[in-house]
Amino acid sequence: MTRLDETLSTEDQREDADAADRLLRSTGPPVPPTKRAVPFPLQFWRSGIGKKWAMAVSGIVLLGYVFAHMVGNLKVFLGRHQINTYGAWLRTLGEPAFPRTVVLWGLRTAVIAAFFIHIVAAYQLTRMNRRARPVRYQSKRDYVAANYASRTMRWTGVIIGLFVIFHLMDLTWGTANPHFVRGDPYDNLFYSFDQVPVAVAYIVANIALGIHIFHGAWSMFQSLGWNNPRYNRWRRWFASAFAGVIIVGNVSMPLLITTGAVTR
Amino acid sequence: MHVTLEVWRQPGPDTAGRFVTYPVDDVSPDMSFLELFDVLNEQLIKAGDEPIAFDHDCREGICGSCSMMINGRAHGPERGTATCQLHMRKFSDGAHITVEPWRAAAFPVIKDLCVDRAAFDRIIEAGGYITAPTGGARDANEILVPKSAADAAMDAAACIGCGACVAACPNGAAQLFTSAKIQHLNLLPQGQPERWERVINMVDEMERWFGSCTNHGECEAACPKDISLDFIALMNRDYVKAQFKQRRLAGQRR
Ligand code: FES
Repeated sequence: MTRLDETLSTEDQREDADAADRLLRSTGPPVPPTKRAVPFPLQFWRSGIGKKWAMAVSGIVLLGYVFAHMVGNLKVFLGRHQINTYGAWLRTLGEPAFPRTVVLWGLRTAVIAAFFIHIVAAYQLTRMNRRARPVRYQSKRDYVAANYASRTMRWTGVIIGLFVIFHLMDLTWGTANPHFVRGDPYDNLFYSFDQVPVAVAYIVANIALGIHIFHGAWSMFQSLGWNNPRYNRWRRWFASAFAGVIIVGNVSMPLLITTGAVTR
Repeated sequence: MHVTLEVWRQPGPDTAGRFVTYPVDDVSPDMSFLELFDVLNEQLIKAGDEPIAFDHDCREGICGSCSMMINGRAHGPERGTATCQLHMRKFSDGAHITVEPWRAAAFPVIKDLCVDRAAFDRIIEAGGYITAPTGGARDANEILVPKSAADAAMDAAACIGCGACVAACPNGAAQLFTSAKIQHLNLLPQGQPERWERVINMVDEMERWFGSCTNHGECEAACPKDISLDFIALMNRDYVKAQFKQRRLAGQRR
């Protein structure tokens, strides 16, 4: 070991420089391969920013769907006739210009596509992020800005995904609901929510959905590049309000029905 | 002051590292965090031990060399400062301080706390420049720049390329660095000719090395230059626009 107060000879200096050079060349991150150019839409999708853009756009479609779905279902509080007429209207939507259920299926296709894109992009981006830090921090991280919602997006997302499958089995296909009667959403809802575990599952899933929206509805503005000092502070407001409305609206149904506050 | 340091020691890039505990006495509250390491290293050298390797150069927050994860935060607990500008008075007497190098696939550890940040150079090479006009120097103020654009570009240009954004990001993403380096040119008239090419090339290069943004905002909180997340949004906007614009090479059939 060379002492600091010793003067270095030119020889020593050259040796040191050589050693530094060797060290530098032996290090450095492994160089990732370059990818072949592909046509435009694929090129865009292949980039992380493109995937985030796709997640934001599909997120907007899903937000619209979640909101409309909630408004429609709140009709359960207006009584059997109201919600069952609404359910029937959904099937006849677009008549007579379109045959029965065609418009409904168009809407459903859009929602299914958005769901699919959202999940595939999230999965691929997660893979990309895991690759970017293969060795984790060995000491405890101290997060400053990241909040509970932003850090649990993956988990709230998975909860929502599983819930959607259960929800479809429960109230759309009826496979998980022994009392299911096609075309009678009012009774189906009551049968379902009269069972406490089912109601609890709905409540938990909708809180997860609200948390997911709290980060997503803000985050999408960033991903789309919709940033303007004039309205930036409203983005948080919008996300909080949207998440709040969805939680209150969607949780109210299982909560009020299962506790008996609202009866048939 | 007395502090106990727990420092990541790693002899070389391919060897395993571990935390080593060093008690340091007689710490002046006016010392910078790097000076604490100088004192510790002198002690280590005197004792015949290997000193701790750490990056530093200007020691006034303008070069971006210093890079330490201090108690789980990039550049330590103080906002808007680099490690070299962090003073020991920000810690309590008897504090236990853990110091770790930046962690990212693109930032491999060279030794102890030094990491190789050459991946940032690859991003700059991909488009972080303007094509310099040759010939005589142009008159000052010949190119008019709105004050607001100049201010925003200057805020972005404050980036010192230290890598704290990558280090702090839970995804190991370099969006704040790349967006600052893109936007300080894209906001100015001089940057316009290569604007769309620049954003595509630099983003694509960035994504070869780093993760993607999930809008946590950790980078902004860790940045010693307080660079805003807004630049990331501007970069996203420019990237999407550029992807569409590339289709518009009208009249160029091949
Ligand atoms: S040493 Fe130059 S920024 Fe800290």
